[in-house]
This record gives sequence, C-alpha cells and structure tokens, in this order.
Amino acid sequence: MAKITLDNLAHSYLPNPKGEDDYALKELNHDWTDGEAYALLGASGCGKSTLLNIISGLLIPSRGRILFDGKDVTRAPTAERNIAQVFQFPVVYDTMTVRDNLAFPLRNRGADADYVATRVNRIAQMIGMEDTLDRKARGLTADAKQKISLGRGMVREDVNALLFDEPLTVIDPHMKWELRTQLKSLHHEFGHTMIYVTHDQTEALTFADKVVVMHDGRVVQIGTPEDLFQRPAHTFVGYFIGSPGMNLLPAEVSGDTAQVAGHTLALGQGYGPLKGKVELGIRPEYVRLSATDGVPVQIDRVEDVGRHKIVRARMGDHPLNVIADEGTAIGADMTRAVLDPAGINIYVNDWRVSPDGAGRNSVGEAA
Amino acid sequence: MADATATRAETRSLSLPRVNGRAVVMILYLVFLMLPIYWLLNMSLKTNSEILGGLTLWPQTLTFANYVTILTDPAWYMGYVNSIIYVTMNTVISVTVALPAAYAFSRYNFMGDKHLFFWLLTNRMAPPAVFALPFFQLYSSVGLFDTHIAVALAHTLFNVPLAVWILEGFMRGVPKEIDETAYIDGYSFPRFFVKIFMPLVASGIGVTAFFCFMFSWVELLLSRTLTSVDAKPIAATMTRTVGASGVDWGVLAAAGVLTIIPGALVIWFVRNYIAKGFALGRV
Amino acid sequence: MDKTTNQKAWFLVLPVLILVAFSAVIPLMTVVNYAFQDTFGNNVFFWAGLSWFEDLLGSQRLWDAFYRQIAFSAIILAIEVPLGIIVALNMPKKGFWASVCLVLMSLPLLIPWNVVGTIWQVFARVDIGLLGYTLDAIGIEFNYTQNFWAAWITIIVMDVWHWTSLVALLAYAGLQSIPDAYYQAAKIDQASRWAVFRYIEFPKMLGVLMIAILLRFMDSFMIYTEPFVVTGGGPGNATTLLSIDLVKMALGQFDLGPAAAFSIMYFLVILAVSWVFYTVMTNLDKRDAQ
Repeated sequence: MAKITLDNLAHSYLPNPKGEDDYALKELNHDWTDGEAYALLGASGCGKSTLLNIISGLLIPSRGRILFDGKDVTRAPTAERNIAQVFQFPVVYDTMTVRDNLAFPLRNRGADADYVATRVNRIAQMIGMEDTLDRKARGLTADAKQKISLGRGMVREDVNALLFDEPLTVIDPHMKWELRTQLKSLHHEFGHTMIYVTHDQTEALTFADKVVVMHDGRVVQIGTPEDLFQRPAHTFVGYFIGSPGMNLLPAEVSGDTAQVAGHTLALGQGYGPLKGKVELGIRPEYVRLSATDGVPVQIDRVEDVGRHKIVRARMGDHPLNVIADEGTAIGADMTRAVLDPAGINIYVNDWRVSPDGAGRNSVGEAA
Repeated sequence: MADATATRAETRSLSLPRVNGRAVVMILYLVFLMLPIYWLLNMSLKTNSEILGGLTLWPQTLTFANYVTILTDPAWYMGYVNSIIYVTMNTVISVTVALPAAYAFSRYNFMGDKHLFFWLLTNRMAPPAVFALPFFQLYSSVGLFDTHIAVALAHTLFNVPLAVWILEGFMRGVPKEIDETAYIDGYSFPRFFVKIFMPLVASGIGVTAFFCFMFSWVELLLSRTLTSVDAKPIAATMTRTVGASGVDWGVLAAAGVLTIIPGALVIWFVRNYIAKGFALGRV
Repeated sequence: MDKTTNQKAWFLVLPVLILVAFSAVIPLMTVVNYAFQDTFGNNVFFWAGLSWFEDLLGSQRLWDAFYRQIAFSAIILAIEVPLGIIVALNMPKKGFWASVCLVLMSLPLLIPWNVVGTIWQVFARVDIGLLGYTLDAIGIEFNYTQNFWAAWITIIVMDVWHWTSLVALLAYAGLQSIPDAYYQAAKIDQASRWAVFRYIEFPKMLGVLMIAILLRFMDSFMIYTEPFVVTGGGPGNATTLLSIDLVKMALGQFDLGPAAAFSIMYFLVILAVSWVFYTVMTNLDKRDAQ
C-alpha cells in the first residue's frame, strides 16, 4: 500500500503536442492518500482511462512524474509497481481453469502453494465461484469472466493500489450492486488504495470516499460525494452529478443578491465584484414550487419517476428543473418557485466562487 | 529500418519489450525473402556475357535489352495478355457463382449443406496433376482446347471452393438482422443482395477476387496442359529461353521479374486485408 | 449465428454445383473410368477390375514416391509452422512498417510457381547463383543436379521461402484479434513472456494455425511445378514426389490406367488427412463459439 503522488503530470498521445488541446490529460498535481477509495468520474473520453493507465504504468506520461511513497516510478514497468488492475471487458486466460486464473498472479510472483490455495479459496468465495473453480474459463458467461477478472485483481494482498477501469459495465444490474458492496467491504478489510474509474455517478458516489471528477482532460473537482452535491466546483460537476443536474441561470450578482431573468433573489451570502460569465447554480432539490412566494415560473411538464416528481419549468427563457416530493400535490396555481439560498452557488466562467469575494475555488486548492 | 522500428515501438509503450530482437528477426526474414528476388532482378539487368562471366552483385553494364526483347516480341508479350485474360475471366466467374452460394451457406440450413460444403472443399484439395489428363481430354472433345475460357473454367476447380469458403467467412460477420430489416422494408431478394448486402461485404469480395486472381496467376500445370499457342500463359512461354545455344538467362530473368509485377501491384491495394483473407475471413 | 432452415437455398448453390460438376465431376469420372479399364489402343477398352490398383500397390516406384512425399510434407510443416509463428510474433503490430512487412512477405506467394522454381534453380546454381556460388566459395560442395542432399535442401529451402509467409500471415491475423487489454493484464499479473505466448497468444492463434496447417499440408502434398523446375525429379528419382511421378506416368508415358488408379488413391489420401484436419477445425470453431 502506498501514497501515490502525481507531480505536474500531463499526457498527450501526439508525439509533439502543441497547444493545450493536444493533451488528453492536462497538467495535474494530486496526492492519492494511502488506503482511501477513490472514484474517477467523467464522461467517455475525458481522460480518466489515460490517467489510470499512467498510474499502472501501461502508459508513460509526456510530462511530469508519478511517485509511489515518494519514490519516482514514472518510467518503471508495470511489474515493478506492484499494482492490480481490472479492465472494462473481461480478460481471462481461456485455456486455464478458474482456479488457475485466480492463482496466476500469485504463482507468477512465486508464492508458495499453501498460500495460493488459501487465497484462491477465499477470493472464490468472495466472488461466489467456489463451485466452478475447476471449470475451464472458456465458455463461461461474460458476467462470470468479469468476476474472475475482479478476483484476479484482488487476489494479491500486498498491492500498492487496486485500479478498476469501469469493471462493472458487462455485469448484470443486481450483480453489480453485490460486487460493489463486496469491493467496499474488501476495502474496509484490507485498506488498499483503490481507484475506480466509472462514468456512472451512482457507482462513483456509493463506492468512494473521495470522488475525482474529470472533464475534458482536466480534474475539475476532488471531494466527498457530499461536496460534489452541495458545492460543485465547476458547472460540469453540477450538470454531471444529480438527476437531473444542477440548474444554471445567467445572473448578475451584487453583494448578497442576484438578478435572474428580471427578478431579484437573495443569496444568503455576499460576493465581491465579479467579472466574466456569471451564473447562478442551484440543484433541483433546493427549488420548491409555491402558489404565493418566490419568483414566477412557467411549468411545462411534470414527470413522475416514482420516488419523486421532476417538474420541468422555465424561469423567463431559462429552463429550471424542480424536484418535488412524491406526496406534494402540484396545483395549477403553483406558478412561483422558491430558491433556497442554502443551495445556491455562484459560478464565474464555469468555476465556483466562494462567498465574500474570496478567489475562485481552483483545482489547485481543491487538491 | 531498425531505428525506425525501434523508436516507433518505444513510443507505443504497450508493445512488448523486445524491440531490437523483433527488428532483427524481421530484417533477417525479409532479407531471406528478398535475396532470391533481388538476384533475379539483378540478372535481368545484365548481359548474358556478364551473367556467365562471373558473380557480380549488381550489373556492371546496366542493360534493358532483355526487357526490350520481351516487350517487342508478340510471341513473348502475348503470353502476358493470355495470362491476364484467363485470370480475369476466372476471377469474374468464380466470384459471381460463389456469391449466392456463400450467402446460402452463411444464412441457411438446408438438406445436405454440410456435406456439400465439404465436398466443395475437396475440390480445393484435388491435386491438379490428377486433373491434368482428364481436363485435356474433356476440353479437347468439346473443342475448347487452347482457348482462354478452357483455362478459366479449369481453374474454377480450386478457385470456386476457395471463393465460397472466404466469402462465407466474411458474410457470417454481417448480422442477420440486416437481411430481416431489408425484407421488412419490402426489398426483393435480388435487389437486397445487390443493393444492400454486396456493399456490406465489399471488402470480402475484394479479398476473394484477389485470391482468385492470385491462385489462377500462379498455377501452371493446368494452364500449360490446356494450351498450345493461342492461349499460352506467360509462365509457359518462359521455356522459350532454352535455345540451341543454351539458356538465355537474361531474358529468362526479365520474364520472371515481369511475372512478379502484377502480383506486387494488386497486393498493395489489399494489404490491410491480406491477413484476414488468408485466414479465410475467420478472424 | 443461428441459421434458419430453408430448402430453397439450394437454388443459390445451384450455379456452383453446375460449374463444379462440369470442372470436377466429369473429369473425375473419366479418371474412375480409366482406373478400372485397360486398352490396346483405338479406343477399345475392357474391364480391368482392380488390377491397376493391385499393380500399383505392389510397385516399389509408387511407395518410394509416397515416402518421399510424406518426408517432404513433414519436413516443410515442421519448419514452416514454428518459423511462421516466430515471424508473426515479431511483426510490427501496425503502422507503415506493418504494411511494408505484409506486402514484402506476400510477394513470394504471388509469383507463378514455375518462376519460383526458376528463381531457385538460378539462385542455387554454382556458376551463376548467389547461394550456390557462396556455398562453393566457402568450400561446401553444393550441386543439386548431382547430389541427393543438395537437391533436397534446395527444394525444402525453396518451399520455406515460398510458403512460410502464408503461415506467418495467418498467425498474424490471429494475433491481431487479441485486444490490448490482454497484454496489459498479463503485465499486471507479471506473466512471463512464455506465459503470454502459452496462455494468450497461442490459444488465439490455434484456430487460424489449423487452417494454415491444412492448407500447407494439402498444397505441399500436391506440389509439382516448383521442384519439377528445379530438379526435374532428380538426381535419379531423389526428388520425384507424388505429383511429379503421376504426371510422368500420365502425360509422359500415357499409361492411362495406372495413372488413373494412382490419381484416385492420391486423392483419397489427401481427402482422408484433410477430413481429419477439417473436423478438428470445425470443432475448434464450435468451441470458440460457445
């Protein structure tokens, strides 16, 4: 187990990157604390797999260093780094039995037979494959194969880090839940540093202690699930996390009030003078419909998703989503919306600004 | 090439760490492949006296006379024309009849399909030497001896099974839902096959045509047996170089070099599909 | 893919059937016809029963050619298959150099077979060939028209030169179908180079290798033109393989009966061995499809 430090790391797949746009992974500094479970969350192509491959040593970064417990491993081969990685699609050795598949990483490192047997049984139990241990891996379902891949990733106890690259894509929904729970309990038990890449916010939020949100080759926020929900550091985080995502309304902010679509809203906190594209962000959960209070809105549609209702409305020309409890009746007279100041964040050029004129909440600080 | 391969492999950090070893193996192998061809080319650019005079690694007196001899004498260059005519005919015939058959094998079960498929393959396994004499008699009796079509038909013996086999492999890769959707959209079978299906397996058709071309081009036993003058292939014409005064090595080499060129040309166009084609579309 | 049963599919196969019937069945019937009859000329034939077959099976000439053929096929398979795999493993995976390798390697496959023979006939000559001259210069006596071993080595090296690329290209096609993730996982599992080959590369190559072995077996068993051009079957009968012997018999001596009987047995042997390969191959296909 180790602390993993990324030092001025950047990567481009082009041999001679020119502008910033040529970088698949833009400059990044971060410490992955030993023993924490991280989720790396972002849309496809945002650079999260690139980052993971750099950590595992499958890619050598164009710039910067990567350190395990302070030791530079930037150019060290994968084998030296002693990490485990599970890939998106199942990788199993077809001609081996399930047992041999699980034992393979241990045997390659010369572990003794007794230890291998114990570990393999332990892992087989964890992934629920004790019964199929002596079957050939060929011909198993994709589900089962991916469980073997997961098992092979977890079989070594002494790894510096466990990396998962969207490992549950091919797994059945109910099995997904079970395996994720298994992974979490594994983490509690052994305290491995885990990095879990996913584009599924539910997976990220339920699995990780800390979620790293990436967008367009850049880390936009690192925080607990709660941070991401309450105080998204970037409009992308607001939009990407939550269903539906955060409402963004162009605003003019002066002191502790904002002008949105011709209405004045209280912000609860004061802001210094702001320059650039100023937007007010508020999650649908913090907006409430009312017949009497707040600013006038026009309701287009109500979607009942079971646990709650999503109201699609507009404030002036800007869409505004509202989440109402299942029990709340939405009457024809409810044409106003109340925005809870506690849920309001202000963004300048897509980055969140702290109240009271403090500078923008940049990546550097978050890291 | 060593340097280029090495740096390229290094930037691709996913490749296995045997960079230099790889380049060495490949260079040795390619040198082994190219040396005899180089020697042929070398000889074709020499005069006969230089060839027989002693070993020189490149032509001391560069001459194109050998090529001029071939390209100005109809008895020589008609050999090329004949070869190209029957090879083209064979390719067209083989691909045309193989297309519907391959479709049937890739899409349907029907009575005797598996046996039929293997029986077709057995023709690919038939030694041309076995067929040389019967072909000679058959085509003589129907008056087709020494015609291009006779050779083209004879070569369908091994090219049709091969074409069916390769095309079936490629067609298997096209999802059946496409056929079903087309039928639902009201396409008739011939229209569907030509307008929708054939474009989808275009690369497979290209590869198949390439292989038919190749095997018809390189075969000699049958084409020589079935022709005498009018349809005589270039490869058989080469025996002309053996004259009373011994072998005309320079012209022989030049004729050999010229037979390599058509293959080298077509191969460049299908280079990305060669491997898949050799695997009969089964990768 | 699950197929639907449709007897009308026969109509699609019909053109092939008619064509192959004309170009294979009719000639084959002539062969069968000759195999069981004898003639004193003037197109008068009479029933000879199995006598041609009995004669042939008792003839030392046929058995010698058969053993030479077996030896030839076994040797070239033993060289070409491992060599082809090694070449495939060392080929660049993509990019310009991969294309260059593909094109250069395919080149020998596209040379007319008698030209292949001619190339080697010249190349191995002591007076004007680079190979023969070099060997002679370093003191090795190498005369393929006189020496048994020189003749065999020449035709074997020629076949290796001619066909190893086919095996390599097939194996390469198999390797290309392995996703990168397999190699990455192997690195993470600290698999040795041998283990990567044994557990990842070889299983993926197996299917196409079977095709390669089948094709190489068939074609080497039927080989005629290339060795004939180089050695003409000599010195003596040292390199008279089955096809060379058959053509000598049929077109050279016009011994129609024995040649036809020979043809039938020849064909049956290839058929039997190919059937075994084919069965193994389709079983592999099925196993993969699981």
